[in-house]
Amino acid sequence: MSEIDSQRRQFLKTSAGAAAIAIAPGMMLFQTARGDTQAASSKVRWGMLIDTAQCKEGCNDCVNACNRENGLSGKTGPTDSQWIRKIEIKDVSSGRELSLPMMCQHCEHPPCVDVCPTNASFKRADGIVLVDRHRCIGCRYCMMACPYKARSFVHEPLQDQNPDVPRGKGTVEACSLCVHRIDKGQIPACAEACQNKAILFGDLNDANSEIAKKIRSVASVQIRADLQLNTGVRYQGL
Amino acid sequence: MADLSALRSKNRLYYVLLALGGLVVLGGAYAVHMMEHYGHVISGMNNQVVWGMPHVFAIFLIVAASGVLNVASIGSVFGKAMYKARAPLASLLSIAMLSGGLAVLMLDLGRPDRLVVAATNYNLTSVFAWNVVLYSGMFSLVVVYLWTMMERRMNPFNKAAGLAVFVWRFVLTTGTGLIFAFLTARQAYGSALLPPMFIVLSFAWGLAVFHVVQLAIYTWNEKALDPAIMERKKKLLGVFVVGSLYMVATYHMTNLYFAHQTGFERFILLDGGVYPNLFWWGYIVLGNLLPLLLIFVPALSGNKSVLAASLLVILGGFALLYVFIIGGQAYPLNIFPGYEASSSFADGQISAYVPSLYEFLLGFGGLAIAFIITTVSVRVLNFMPQDKPYIAD
Repeated sequence: MSEIDSQRRQFLKTSAGAAAIAIAPGMMLFQTARGDTQAASSKVRWGMLIDTAQCKEGCNDCVNACNRENGLSGKTGPTDSQWIRKIEIKDVSSGRELSLPMMCQHCEHPPCVDVCPTNASFKRADGIVLVDRHRCIGCRYCMMACPYKARSFVHEPLQDQNPDVPRGKGTVEACSLCVHRIDKGQIPACAEACQNKAILFGDLNDANSEIAKKIRSVASVQIRADLQLNTGVRYQGL
Repeated sequence: MADLSALRSKNRLYYVLLALGGLVVLGGAYAVHMMEHYGHVISGMNNQVVWGMPHVFAIFLIVAASGVLNVASIGSVFGKAMYKARAPLASLLSIAMLSGGLAVLMLDLGRPDRLVVAATNYNLTSVFAWNVVLYSGMFSLVVVYLWTMMERRMNPFNKAAGLAVFVWRFVLTTGTGLIFAFLTARQAYGSALLPPMFIVLSFAWGLAVFHVVQLAIYTWNEKALDPAIMERKKKLLGVFVVGSLYMVATYHMTNLYFAHQTGFERFILLDGGVYPNLFWWGYIVLGNLLPLLLIFVPALSGNKSVLAASLLVILGGFALLYVFIIGGQAYPLNIFPGYEASSSFADGQISAYVPSLYEFLLGFGGLAIAFIITTVSVRVLNFMPQDKPYIAD
């Protein structure tokens, strides 16, 4: 073997080694960042059953928990984001009063997804309706289309975001059913925070789940059921 | 040499007009910069009234851009010589207003920098995505149509291009109406009447804009428009105004008939504060009744009356769109039919909206874009209608 050949071989070896050392940490970071790569399953349909009899007027625990979990300011001005809110309603004919939480209803046929020009609004395989903040152009058509006023537009620059819940000025956002918690096997922050257990979270498709059993046994309704959106959030005692 | 000095002063006037238009465009650019920097919090829009003043301007411009092509269609598709002579000007106005309207719409987005996302990701079920295709298609079609008119060798294709534009603009205005017609949950929208209503409104608004520009061009060139032509086109505007009034009346009458819509109609027509006022005084009286008087009362004939009637129709258009777009959102969304609702998110309440200066700057910026495109084009190309001696056909 000539001297030039061995030099070339040495050079190639060194280069390959250097390249491996340069790339390896990046690959590891990439793996870490991607986390659990298991995709959402279409066999699951996440949903909630809200027992209005257990929901207390004046109690805001679910709202506060949501704000904390998702890094919202908690302010309630006309331009502030509210992912979940308490609504007090009164039957006009009977005078019966109720208090209940209202948030994205995670429809099976979500109007927001239908109208979104860029597919930024989308429904995950497990029924969670989300906004891709990288694709949202901020046209607010979904806010016009949502029958529940579930969505908010980010009107101001944001600080101190929760790393699990990226948000962005100029884009639309809404209840994500705490998707980052669900993917870790936890339940949404509002359901966890409710002291009266008024919010029952679970898999509507699993016949043995507590929520599916309860929906079979008690009368529950979908809000604006006339629109036939098949919401994932159901209300009991309405 | 007197003639020459007149020409010079006119030349100066042209540049002054351009500079003024440019200044207004700059104002719009400033508003965009501010909204980009501080967010939409500096606009009057909020989480209840999500579309505001910019949308009033944008939708007026886009609807009028479609309607002004009526002049061209009557010429190219239905073969009326008087209108055919005006088809190039109508096409130019269409392109100009479409540019202005789309600019406003795009620059009001939360993330206008992501325009390329809108161009590369189409959601086929979204009316907005359809409209992206419809607007860009219309733009290209009208350019081709203009080419077939202004380039002699392309003349044989004029009829085909005219027909394509004719069909396209109907689909386009239908698409604009559908943006609202598909919002089934909102009381103000979700009506199949909206697309035809927008089409008829576009006829009136487009022709009104055309009249204003035509009169300006004739005055600028010190030419007199044949009174017989004026008379016919004036009456056509009258017919369109009556037609649009009929559509708007039908829309409200059908709502009044549905028991669940009476609350909304009461708000818009009677006790909603600024909205009933704008509807009755702005749209009905100033935008319809007064123009109709100016058009149909024989004693009021003359170019000034036509100009006034056209300007009033345009003003009425803005009033109607304000009531329709903003009033429609201000009225509370009925999430729990049969219940009274209240919350921290304005449930069950009339939402407040006061347009901010930035929204007006942006809107007028769009108008100024249309103005500049028209002014420059009319100056450098021949858009002056060339009439043969008028014979009624």
